[in-house]
Amino acid sequence: MTEVPLSAYLVLALVLFCIGLYGALTKRNTVIVLISIELMLNAANINFVAFSRLGVTPSITGQVFSLFSITIAAAEAAVGLAILMALYRRKKTVNIDEMDTLKH
Amino acid sequence: MMENAWLIPLIPLFSSVILLIFGKQLRESAAYIGILAVLVSFICSVIVLVERIDAPTYKQEIVWLVTGEVNITAGFEVTALNTLLLVMVSLVSCLVQIYSKGYMEGEKRFSIFYTYLGFFTFAMLGLVLSPNLLQLYFFWELVGLGSFLLIGFYFYKKEAKEAAKKAFIMTRIGDLGLLIAIILLFWKTGSFDFQEIFSSIGAGEISGGMLTLIALLLFAGAVGKSGQFPLHSWLPDAMEGPTPVSALIHAATMVAAGVYLVAVTFPIFSASSTAMETVAVIGGFTAIFAASIALVQKDIKRILAYSTISQLGYMMLALGTAGYTAGIFHLLTHAFFKALLFLAAGSIIHAIHTQDIYKMGGLWKKMRLTSPLFLIGALSISGVPLLSGFFSKDEILVSAWVNGNFLLFWIAMITAFLTSFYVFRLFFLIFTGQPKTEVVSKESPFSMVLPMGILGILAVCSGYIQTPWFGSYLGEFLVKGNKFLLVPAHSEGPAWIMAAAAVFSLSGILLAYLIYVKQTISRNFLIKEGSFINTTLINKYFIDETYYFTVGKTVKGLALFCSYIERFVIGGFEWAVTGTIRSLGSAGARLQSGQVQVYGVAVFAGLAVLVIIYALTGGLIR
Repeated sequence: MTEVPLSAYLVLALVLFCIGLYGALTKRNTVIVLISIELMLNAANINFVAFSRLGVTPSITGQVFSLFSITIAAAEAAVGLAILMALYRRKKTVNIDEMDTLKH
Repeated sequence: MMENAWLIPLIPLFSSVILLIFGKQLRESAAYIGILAVLVSFICSVIVLVERIDAPTYKQEIVWLVTGEVNITAGFEVTALNTLLLVMVSLVSCLVQIYSKGYMEGEKRFSIFYTYLGFFTFAMLGLVLSPNLLQLYFFWELVGLGSFLLIGFYFYKKEAKEAAKKAFIMTRIGDLGLLIAIILLFWKTGSFDFQEIFSSIGAGEISGGMLTLIALLLFAGAVGKSGQFPLHSWLPDAMEGPTPVSALIHAATMVAAGVYLVAVTFPIFSASSTAMETVAVIGGFTAIFAASIALVQKDIKRILAYSTISQLGYMMLALGTAGYTAGIFHLLTHAFFKALLFLAAGSIIHAIHTQDIYKMGGLWKKMRLTSPLFLIGALSISGVPLLSGFFSKDEILVSAWVNGNFLLFWIAMITAFLTSFYVFRLFFLIFTGQPKTEVVSKESPFSMVLPMGILGILAVCSGYIQTPWFGSYLGEFLVKGNKFLLVPAHSEGPAWIMAAAAVFSLSGILLAYLIYVKQTISRNFLIKEGSFINTTLINKYFIDETYYFTVGKTVKGLALFCSYIERFVIGGFEWAVTGTIRSLGSAGARLQSGQVQVYGVAVFAGLAVLVIIYALTGGLIR
């Protein structure tokens, strides 16, 4: 089985990141926005792992780093969802464009 | 007492302040405080006058301001002229305050009235005591303020409000002249002090033209305050104030301040023959001009107001023809008989509640005390022999004759005739004939009759301080020891003047009697009703209308122009500046929408721009 070239991983990560970015910037539902942010993080993780195996100086550091990143993403998702729950109880909405009170 | 003369003005001020604070609680007993204070002032003034007869002028000053090398002083001075006016002002003020107790009874703002009266008395006494022009100017303005407040006492009446404003503004025109004169004098002599100014004039330090200018500007101040032509028209309107105020301010004291100013700065005037002539001509013209208006008016107070203007013109005429003593003499006697006439008029108005003399009549039998007192005043102002007005008027006529100005002399003579005619027209219309109103008239309370009685005695007797028969005590008192005053204590004139003056005044009374009582001569005998002259007189020579259409319209146009500049030029500039800043601000505020996705787009766009720049420049920017 021929090896998948590095560029394929990078393109996959790029596509994933773009989908995530698009979702984060355009969706009104905050849950979708959070999911989109997860997509962008995972795009970064793919890059880490790809470079850790196929980079100029392959090493295990990239894989370790992606593990950290997944952990932090999980924590971030938990905190984000908790905040969203609290907000929903107060405002009875999950639409991100109605959550603009931090400008004041 | 002379070294404590500064207390005299302060006592009424003190009472005024007390009344201002406690007036609400005191209500009508406020009158006692006011009367008591000014009575003390009066007694002190009399003591000062008695002491001054044998003593030289007393003067005390403290340094008030030091600017550079000039010390500006404040203080007081007890001269012969000052003491006379102190006594006159405090006496009339005292009597008017006693009178007001009855006249203003039941008035809601009773204590305020006494507060104002006390304040005015303070200002007037302070004016009289001032030893320098600057201090005099301060009190001059304070007196104007007192007059303004009291004319506008019934401020809920539109006429009173307008009259107060008119009085304030018209006298202010004259005051401007006075201020300029004071500045010029200070510029030329470096002092405000009367003595120092007179010394430098005596030493010839000021050129003739400048001296004339200064004298004329000083006279402008006097014209405004004393209601001389052409700034006279505020005085009749000032009759909107309560009648005691008219007696005090607009007959006896404040309007005499103009005459006092000319008298006190007399050495400046006597150094310039042009200025003297102007004073005499304005005075003479005002005298006959106002007397002619008084002939046809029908409001009792306005007739008396025009009479006041006319008599003030007399005083100016006297001063202008170097009759220093005559002017002061007439000032004093006029204060008494005119205050008496005003108080009597107030008593009549109090009883029958109208000021229109054609609605009065037959009051002689109903007002047993007011009527003879009014008659005394009328006889005195007409110059009937042996009353005070006779002697002072005679003194003026003699001084005009001696001065050699025969035109002015005859104007004064004719004015004397007109005066007795209009005063007795007033008298006959009010007191004789049939009553024309249903209102039951009763005599006024004792507090109103007493002051009239005292003034009545003075109106009869005060003439004897300066007569050709017994001696000129007043003149000698005034002139003695005043080294700047180069006028005789008494002018000697031919004896026929006195006889002629008596004939003129008596014939005026006779004519009034024939027209208004006997009715043997038609009222249209002199001036036909509805004729051009009659209309002109009734409308006061259309002076007010003339002022309205010239000065009034011009100023209004100018004000409108300025208001448009203010609104559109300055306002437009302001609008442009604030508008720019506001729109910048709101544009900035719009950026902060709180929409987190918009921020995200901005961040991504910024990153994209950076990447594009990075790509185009081909690497790191160094």
